[in-house]
Amino acid sequence: MKLYQKTAAELSRLLQNKEITAVEVLNSFMERVDEVDPQLKVFITCTFDSALETAAAVDHRRMENEKLHPLAGVPVAIKDNFCTEGIKTTCASKILESYIPPYDAAVVEKIKSIGMPILGKTNMDEFAMGSSTENSAFFVTRNPWDLECVPGGSSGGSAAAVAAGMVPFALGSDTGGSIRQPAALCGITGLRPTYGRVSRYGLIAFASSLDQIGPLALNALDCSLLLEAIAGYDQRDSTSLHREVPQYSAAVDRELEGVKIGLIKENISANFDPEIKDAVLKMAALFEENGASVTEVSLPHTDYGLSAYYLIAPSEAASNLGRYDGVRYGFSANGDNIFSLFSRTRGQGFGTEVKRRIMIGTYALSAGYYDAYYLQAMKVRTLIRRDYEKAFQNFDIIVGATTPTPAFKLGEKADDPLQMYLSDVCNITDALAGVPSLSIPTGLHSKGLPMGMQLTAAPLNEGLLFQAAAVLEKCNDSSPVGRPSILPVEGSCRNGI
Amino acid sequence: MEFETVIGLEIHLELQTRSKLFCSCSTAFGSEPNTSCCPVCLGLPGSLPVLNRKAVELAIIAALSLQSEVQTESRFDRKNYYYPDLPKAYQISQYDRPLALGGFIEMEMDGAKRKINLERIHIEEDPGKLMHSGESILDSDYSLVDYNRAGIPLLEIVTKPDLRNGREARLFLEELRCILLYSGSSDCRMEEGSLRCDANISLRPAGSKTLGTRTEVKNMNSFRAVEMALDYEAGRQAAVLSAGGSVVQQTCHWDEGARETIPLRGKEGSSDYRYFPEPDLLPLILKPDYIETLAASLPELPSSRRARMMEEYGLDPADAAILTENRSLGDLFEAAAGEYKDYRNLARWVRGDLLYLLKGSDRNPSEVDPFLLIKLLTMLDEGEINRPVAKDLLDNIVKNGTDPRELVQQKGLGRIADRETLQPVVEKVLAENKDAVASIRQGREKAFAFLVGRVMAATAGRADPGKVQELLRELIN
Repeated sequence: MKLYQKTAAELSRLLQNKEITAVEVLNSFMERVDEVDPQLKVFITCTFDSALETAAAVDHRRMENEKLHPLAGVPVAIKDNFCTEGIKTTCASKILESYIPPYDAAVVEKIKSIGMPILGKTNMDEFAMGSSTENSAFFVTRNPWDLECVPGGSSGGSAAAVAAGMVPFALGSDTGGSIRQPAALCGITGLRPTYGRVSRYGLIAFASSLDQIGPLALNALDCSLLLEAIAGYDQRDSTSLHREVPQYSAAVDRELEGVKIGLIKENISANFDPEIKDAVLKMAALFEENGASVTEVSLPHTDYGLSAYYLIAPSEAASNLGRYDGVRYGFSANGDNIFSLFSRTRGQGFGTEVKRRIMIGTYALSAGYYDAYYLQAMKVRTLIRRDYEKAFQNFDIIVGATTPTPAFKLGEKADDPLQMYLSDVCNITDALAGVPSLSIPTGLHSKGLPMGMQLTAAPLNEGLLFQAAAVLEKCNDSSPVGRPSILPVEGSCRNGI
Repeated sequence: MEFETVIGLEIHLELQTRSKLFCSCSTAFGSEPNTSCCPVCLGLPGSLPVLNRKAVELAIIAALSLQSEVQTESRFDRKNYYYPDLPKAYQISQYDRPLALGGFIEMEMDGAKRKINLERIHIEEDPGKLMHSGESILDSDYSLVDYNRAGIPLLEIVTKPDLRNGREARLFLEELRCILLYSGSSDCRMEEGSLRCDANISLRPAGSKTLGTRTEVKNMNSFRAVEMALDYEAGRQAAVLSAGGSVVQQTCHWDEGARETIPLRGKEGSSDYRYFPEPDLLPLILKPDYIETLAASLPELPSSRRARMMEEYGLDPADAAILTENRSLGDLFEAAAGEYKDYRNLARWVRGDLLYLLKGSDRNPSEVDPFLLIKLLTMLDEGEINRPVAKDLLDNIVKNGTDPRELVQQKGLGRIADRETLQPVVEKVLAENKDAVASIRQGREKAFAFLVGRVMAATAGRADPGKVQELLRELIN
């Protein structure tokens, strides 16, 4: 088995035992990138040189018997909306096509101080607005399971990179499903942590009250390791939570005895793909076999989630994206005066979906419409949060399908924004409530595409999600192979091995 | 028709913090353009604001000193608009949940007691500063922007429409500045832009309760300009209304050179700022204990100090007003008054010669040692020195902190009262001014004062004037 087929936990163990070097690990992944990226188109920017420097430095320090972080030398990829000092950070937008930030995002600082080589910056929907990565201003990324299908989005580049073995794990951001939906569509595990668990400092904002950074990996253990590395209070983010970071990775060895699991009624009774729903029910049965109780739970305001989300997120986005005016940095169009410079810069610099959301958001906040739209949506958000609070009085984890369908074809929904928005329908209420939510693979659809299930817990209970996911990984025979076989691979790497 | 002018002010003050409202960049005035900047105040992608604790504290102190009710829960909002001096394309401000509500200043205005009410007080950030190659952003070849000011903490104070003319507006601003200087929340330097004032002004028939159509007047860069601009604008509106016209709601610019208000072009006033709660900041929750602690630490404010000083030291209102205008001048007076009991004399010296010397040498009253001042006045009272010498000694106290008695001994500046020293001087003056002596002998007393002056000049102001007169009379007769 090649090194690129191993999980982050395995690589970490081998590195710590000095059985392999960080440079060897990195070389294996870089070769893999060279091999499959021309087909998949995952990376906007590859940073192999600095990654090699990091890996070599880690090897040197290990030789000197320095005490290193367990993940030192394990490579990672980062979505292109995280600021990286001296490295182009585009948000997959023309408006930031050549933008080089002067500082590192808080999580990038952490990754660097651990000594994790950063392989590159991954493709995404422009400014994280989209569910297919087709909204990238540069190129589309393909699903490693079927090159005619989308990888999901907006963290589609990070999800495809992990699924294709280009990197053991990656960082994404989730505003309304942008980690979990592509994780499900690519057959991997992805976590949206509790809002405030990970510092947003240096994450280029889409919708500030919803954006959250999280890991995408092959399994729960790898996700937990990466979360441990990036979580924690940061005084530069006023919304970050002042709470200890538990050892999440310890949770994967715990049993499920006595854990109360709720099957979200609104999710499993929805008009979703039947195979996806069957897979969720099969997982529920596995939970029961492992000593958990499973009963139905209702989140009565679920139906209003999508509408509320598509008012709140665009409102914040319209404000957050105002700064791209061509005056200080990024793309700048010529104008006859300052106001035409503004409008031409923005007219030429932003893509269609971004403009659509700026329009929606501007409208929703306008005088005379604020009460009917933004304020109403905020009230719905409160009701949704209460739905969750109530559910977690009786349940430890609530579950449902991550997506209504498996990966769809490239171009299939590109011209129909409402259909595209609906692909996030299962992910949005968690985001509005600010609760942690993990998508795990449940098996392969008859179309040969992965399917996902979403596990959601009360705020700060990420450990419980890892625990439940790990139990399923051990006993789910139909879990998809972590690495799709259509790409040139040698052998296959099952989850958790 | 008789009109009543109705004026409300919107005042922006810079809070006296060392760092900006949402980052740790320096607020120092006068650094090279775009050097006090960081990703946060430049609004770079991914940056986030963190509220400056000191700014909140100073804002609360200012609110308390204006009798405004500090809210235990307030909130920050985004005010969205596009302008090149606004790096995020929104200003973080407070909209419908401001830091403090209500408040007032009670003051004497031309003999009448007036209460000017406040609407609200809130915290916001300053944008950057634009410099145009031409007159405005639209007719310039280029414009430069300095973001050193971007993110400087401001306090916005909005009054109710309680002011009735330009003079009242100026007096109100002077009192406001005095109060805020006392509370230490702002240095209120208008020339450095740390105090700015816009006004809403309208006219209505005398006795009417409804408000007329208002205009907003901007660009008033001094208290004097506020007075002139508002009186001008009131006159302009009165002329329009008297001629049967109606006032157009618009924003005007005060043109200091032309001394007139000029309507701004463009669609000012129609902008929709799309306010919404700032998601990057948590609501500002203030514990009542914390507000109470700050309230307890407030210094005595100018109006009560004025009243107390009139009562305690028997000062007249004019002296009390000058002595309380500047907190440290009042402190100096009171420190000296602890030992020196001729309060009126002390007040005359402090508000007169001392204040003049302080202003001339750009020094602060707190730098003056009150004990040296007491010593000087005592020496004068006891006849050790003459008044002109005392002024020189005061100058030395202010500029060098010199002990007046030491200087008198060192330089021999004491009063000359002994006959042996004075008589030759007087004789010499008489010999040189025979005409004057002659006219005195003819009963013209005017010439006598002239001779006293000659003797004083000949002794560099040190001669005892009583002794000089005595000797002159004796020798002339």
